[in-house]
Amino acid sequence: MSVLLIAEHNNKEVKPFTLNAISAASQINEDVHVLVIGSNSEEVAKSISQVPNVKKVINVNNPIYENYLAENYTSVIIKLSGNYSHIICSANTFGKNLMPRVAALLDVSQISDITKVISEDTFQRPIYAGNAFATVKSNDKIKCVTIRPTSFEPAPTSGGSAEIQNGDAAEATEITKFIKKEEIKSDRPELGTARVVVSGGRGMQSGENFKLITAVADKLNAAIGASRAAVDAGYITNDHQVGQTGKVVVPDLYIAVGISGAIQHLAGMKESKVIVAINKDGEAPIFSVADYGLEADLFDALPKFLEELNKLNTIQK
Amino acid sequence: MKILVAVKRVIDYNVQIRVKEDNSGVVTENVKMSTNPPDDNAIEEAVKIKEAGKAKEVVAVSVGEEKAQETVRKALAVGADRGILVKVDGVIEPLAVSKILKKIVEKEKPDLVFMGKQAIDDDCNQTGQMLAALLNWPQATFASKIEVKEKSLEVTREVDEGLETIEVKVPAIVTCDLRLNEPRYASLPNIMKAKKKPIEQVSAGDLGVDVKSRIEQIKVEEPPKRKAGIKVASVEELVQKLKNEAKVI
Repeated sequence: MSVLLIAEHNNKEVKPFTLNAISAASQINEDVHVLVIGSNSEEVAKSISQVPNVKKVINVNNPIYENYLAENYTSVIIKLSGNYSHIICSANTFGKNLMPRVAALLDVSQISDITKVISEDTFQRPIYAGNAFATVKSNDKIKCVTIRPTSFEPAPTSGGSAEIQNGDAAEATEITKFIKKEEIKSDRPELGTARVVVSGGRGMQSGENFKLITAVADKLNAAIGASRAAVDAGYITNDHQVGQTGKVVVPDLYIAVGISGAIQHLAGMKESKVIVAINKDGEAPIFSVADYGLEADLFDALPKFLEELNKLNTIQK
Repeated sequence: MKILVAVKRVIDYNVQIRVKEDNSGVVTENVKMSTNPPDDNAIEEAVKIKEAGKAKEVVAVSVGEEKAQETVRKALAVGADRGILVKVDGVIEPLAVSKILKKIVEKEKPDLVFMGKQAIDDDCNQTGQMLAALLNWPQATFASKIEVKEKSLEVTREVDEGLETIEVKVPAIVTCDLRLNEPRYASLPNIMKAKKKPIEQVSAGDLGVDVKSRIEQIKVEEPPKRKAGIKVASVEELVQKLKNEAKVI
């Protein structure tokens, strides 16, 4: 039996986390089929067919799939599910929204947000905001699994030539209607995949002060993150939130500025390779996970940090 | 309209959890328990809609052990009219919870079901979507704004790229994000009043739902510890360490 992976895309290009999910899927079973549900999404199907780990692409093209709605996607997936041992997608807001709807209709107990594939039915996943890891085995006939993207390397995007097959649309949902999406456009690297992340917390004191973070992020070609406290206080928009209920990031370098380090924030960043904490409270829990802690007032430290970075001859991109 | 709100009793979000020595799970004895945080947002939103005159009744339901009654009672103190406790022992998976909630929905016939987007213990993020599937209702997950219309809701959802707005026909399921509202504290008079509000108790068996686990938990382990870091004395030292020791800039 094969693995069915549900692609996330915007009808033009595939979203990066789908590539991480493909890597995980191919660890479960080498026969990975990718389902692209969209409208005029041929280019997406074509690009996925070039991923070497993919054996087949099923493209379901219909104007009703112009915008992603879980209700619509689910009907298509259920129709195809009989041919598969596993149904897989990324555990971001796309997959978290979709997979349980599929699993419930198949009467399957889903396994969410796995960080490791142990065997085709056994997986490791974080619980309690990553303060514990559970190893779990699914006894269901079909396994519905979502993948923590940052725990798997993205699959290479060229060298493959999978067959592309057209699939059938299902009936369009009448109970849910897409109205709009307000995407926040940025020239920066995406938070979920950036090599460096600079994050601000409540200590920033205002949205205006985030310009200090922005300046450092510009210099390091970094994404900008934030704690829940900073988002709740309105300093920055929700798409920047790092944590248990925000995004999980695993950059090479994570710089936490004015962030105390609540359990729920640590859950989103503590797997980062190198962590820097800048905080004036020397007792802040963020220091317990930091490789380098600087106890200082961020309003002095950040401009000075930028100054020191400017002195360097080269900075990695 | 009638709103059913599902609430879960979990280890308090401020508690640093401990893994049991035999790796069979997490220590829950003598640990502070509270309502799952986004479930507080769900109950708050339902009560606000009722206060705005757009809902007649708010019913709080919890699925759990006897002590989950405290969680239902807290929802009553915040403004729910009555409560239901579906008693089950031990760990129960979201699929079984959604089957139980489906039975409750069939009996109570609410127009809306609200709950938190995710429980902070198992971090599954499944129950609302599963319930929506089983009822063939629309789902509006990760809601940060809800506008009640004649026979529908307009819901703003927090998604990775920013915000998305969808319209769902009533009856509908909404899972609530933390920024939906600011949950209120129950006042002392309301806590006293809540003690008189009825909580109906049923068991999963009464509802005819099989709650047996489908997933075998093989072991629970502590995460790998990070090696202790150092404090640097100055910004200069920090930059030097990042450049020459960690080699990340």
